[in-house]
Amino acid sequence: MLTCKDFLNELNAYLDQDLEESLRREIELHLSECPNCWVITDTTRKTIQVYKGNTPHTVPEGVHARLMAALEKRRTGKGPGGSSSAP
Amino acid sequence: MSTTPATSGTFDETSVLARAREGDVAAFGELASRYEQSVFRIARQITQNDEDAEDVLQESFLKAYEHLDSFQGQSKFYTWLVRIAVNEALMKLRKRRTSKTVSLDEQLDTGEDLVVREIAVWDGTPEDRYAREELRGILDKAIQSLPPIFRSVFVLRDIEELSTEETAQVLDLSVPAVKSRLLRARLQLREKLTRYFKRKGDDVFAYM
Repeated sequence: MLTCKDFLNELNAYLDQDLEESLRREIELHLSECPNCWVITDTTRKTIQVYKGNTPHTVPEGVHARLMAALEKRRTGKGPGGSSSAP
Repeated sequence: MSTTPATSGTFDETSVLARAREGDVAAFGELASRYEQSVFRIARQITQNDEDAEDVLQESFLKAYEHLDSFQGQSKFYTWLVRIAVNEALMKLRKRRTSKTVSLDEQLDTGEDLVVREIAVWDGTPEDRYAREELRGILDKAIQSLPPIFRSVFVLRDIEELSTEETAQVLDLSVPAVKSRLLRARLQLREKLTRYFKRKGDDVFAYM
């Protein structure tokens, strides 16, 4: 019989669908009987989804151009480079 | 949804890399265009700041360019680059917190203390309840409160979708260490977000 603590240790493998069939069934049985673990599973899954869905996928304007300018500067040895943005 | 950029399109990375190795800046520029979004996202999530993220991005690509010879091709170029970027980002954090050393070993888990205090269902979807900017503020605040190594593991595994093995390689951790940190990161974030997203009056037990 799976305890809540056992379940918690397998939570990631369960969410990532990285479990053997027999253990997966045990976990699903536990989830059907334990509302707390069900809520933890549901809200952890939603936590991952909300980060995945709301992380900006673009870089601010000019980043590529400034990177290429810094690269050129470093390459031609015009300056020490440094980590600050090129003009 | 983000995917590892190296998996799509007709981009011939091997030949672009070979040209870049010979000093072809335009070829290196192609690599930069391909990976800069991902590097910026990772740097932004770790440093929590656009300016620092751009510094990290520049420094990472400059280092990659200068050390292309030492890239052996045993790992993917992307993994190698991310490793540089994560190190740069963590260094940025260390510099920022001069009075407090940020170590990769900070708050090492003792193995037992999985954080589960708030158990409450969420009310609808966060996207329905909060405007985009406000939601981003909440997500940033939550992730910012994680120790840097937990943050890094979460960003690489759950946002950038690196495998556990790739994440271990990038962070110089063992696979079990990545797994245990990811579990703690996910649970801590879940805990923090639940405070914002839970259905009111629905706690099983509120604060312990």
